[in-house]
Amino acid sequence: MPADFLYGVEVVLNGLMAGVMYALVALGFVLIFKASGIFNFAQGVMALFAALTLVGIMQGQVPFAHLINEIFGTEVHHFGWEVPALLAILLTLVVMIALAWSIQKFLFKHLVGQEPIILFMATIGLAYFLEGLGDLMWGSNIKTLDLGLPQGGSRWIEDATAGLGGDDFYGFFIDKLDLVATLVAIVLVLSLIAFSQYTKHGRAMRAVADDHQAALSVGISLNFIWVLVWSLAGLVALVAGVMWGAKSGVQFSLSLIALKALPVLMLGGFTSIPGAIVGGLIIGVGEKLFEYTIGAPFLGGATENWFAYMLALMFLVFRPQGLFGEKIIERV
Amino acid sequence: MNTPVTELQQDNADGYITADGRKIGSVMMDLRSITLRFGGVIAIQDISFDIRQGEIRAIIGPNGAGKSSMLNVISGFYQPQQGEVWFLGKKRPPLKPYQVARQGIARTFQNIALFEGMTVLDNVMTGRLNHMKTGWIAQSIWLGSANKEERINRQKVEEIIDFLEIQTIRKTPVGRLPYGLKKRVELARALAAEPDLLLLDEPMAGMNVEEKEDMSRFILDANDEYGTTIALIEHDMGVVMDLSDRVVVMDYGRKIGDGTPDEVRNNEEVIAAYLGVPND
Ligand SMILES: Nc1ncnc2c1ncn2[C@@H]1O[C@H](COP(=O)(O)OP(=O)(O)OP(=O)(O)O)[C@@H](O)[C@H]1O
Ligand SMILES: [Mg+2]
Repeated sequence: MPADFLYGVEVVLNGLMAGVMYALVALGFVLIFKASGIFNFAQGVMALFAALTLVGIMQGQVPFAHLINEIFGTEVHHFGWEVPALLAILLTLVVMIALAWSIQKFLFKHLVGQEPIILFMATIGLAYFLEGLGDLMWGSNIKTLDLGLPQGGSRWIEDATAGLGGDDFYGFFIDKLDLVATLVAIVLVLSLIAFSQYTKHGRAMRAVADDHQAALSVGISLNFIWVLVWSLAGLVALVAGVMWGAKSGVQFSLSLIALKALPVLMLGGFTSIPGAIVGGLIIGVGEKLFEYTIGAPFLGGATENWFAYMLALMFLVFRPQGLFGEKIIERV
Repeated sequence: MNTPVTELQQDNADGYITADGRKIGSVMMDLRSITLRFGGVIAIQDISFDIRQGEIRAIIGPNGAGKSSMLNVISGFYQPQQGEVWFLGKKRPPLKPYQVARQGIARTFQNIALFEGMTVLDNVMTGRLNHMKTGWIAQSIWLGSANKEERINRQKVEEIIDFLEIQTIRKTPVGRLPYGLKKRVELARALAAEPDLLLLDEPMAGMNVEEKEDMSRFILDANDEYGTTIALIEHDMGVVMDLSDRVVVMDYGRKIGDGTPDEVRNNEEVIAAYLGVPND
């Protein structure tokens, strides 16, 4: 096989893995939007907050240390212990669930029945609040997240595939961390689907997404379901934050992964789980392939920053309801 | 046999026997001096009536009389400003609709509220949610008990689906069904909850004669086979007379009649309300 073709395949593989991560972030949006009609601008900051919390817990940081020291004139920073990764992840999950509960209790419970734009504005406020809270709790310095996950190119894959091409081909370069992230994301997505299809609360979640009045009449508490979807979105944010954070450090720019989800949503539709997955994959592969075939050789590179939006805009023009959305027919 | 029920109500706390020999029990739902306002509009004005165990109770009245509002008060969708709701001998605190549903009160809506994107089977299955006890952790790892529970619930759902003769559309998304079948699916979902009290808001509105006959049969059979107590709103007087044991008549938020179909039919105020004769 010609080396160029094989490098193309490598690009597609890397694109697919990036796409799975985009899909994961987009899924966080879809979960909340389906069940409550809220477009959660804070999803990216939730990922940042989750990653900050995880690092803080693992390193035994005292939350609100700066504030405590200012008020009481103390000098506490660390508890002096370190928490093993798995336990820290569980504790972070508890924090995210508590956060979901508070968001529902103190914010959206009071906004039931408001216009979508008001709900959207509330999530913008929430994003800034969470960003500030994250800083206040854990400090604003850049942190490294070391979960002990394998990093760097996989020699094994490289060696195993090196024989495919001629002398110009050295084998596929696949980052082990990307592989792990992809596997985790796939497991998470499959579990979410299984949860929503086969469990009691999953059924209730789908019911609420479909019709609030009908859901109430069969005994579903909307409040409970909304806490549940915010918790699930928190879980998704945690996983996305951990994977992204492990790769490029935990800092403010982590919250910008939400921007990667926007084109995915435009492509896949805001209410479709399969849409988020397929949309994520298309964008992941599309932007890497475009960069490889056209961007780098002809346009001076760095097309990955805008390609996804271009693709999404083109989609908006020709298929505004997204890949899997129902066709919108104006009633007259 | 033909003793007016209104008298029996006071005489016999344990119930009465209907003309066709069905046993009606004690008071299940007791509404006392309910008043409901929307701003300046008085939708329900100081209305009291009761629903007895095993009974089919109709609420009739002209458009805007406050019938749906009454069902909404019973099912917790509206909170009355005044009055008390007594259920199964206890005064009910103000409850949310989902809490009322969990107490064993199921309902359908005048404008149909189904999960349009789900199949008929899934819709009816949601009616069972209150009967599913196993936690989601157990369910997600698919333990034996969750499996067994799912089987039992499915059995019940299939039974209801057979009962309402909608087997052929089990897997059809509800959004694609014609109006008459949607009404039937909505009834199926309500029945799947095995409610003590079933509230039906115009279950036959917009149906042709044949569909109405089917629906009447289902309502009678549900009452007969499952012993479900039913309160229903209906405009078709023929249907009301055939189905119901007792009838409440409302007009402009007030109660203007209450008794057996025969009594109500001969009540002058009721006749006036229906013929549009002004009454002072
Ligand atoms: N949610 C609401 N907000 C404001 N007004 C309401 C509301 N629900 C009912 N009403 C008013 O209360 C009155 C009674 O309405 P209701 O729907 O109970 O009548 P109905 O007897 O069911 O009439 P129909 O036979 O047309 O269904 C009407 O004047 C209606 O406009
Ligand atoms: Mg009505």
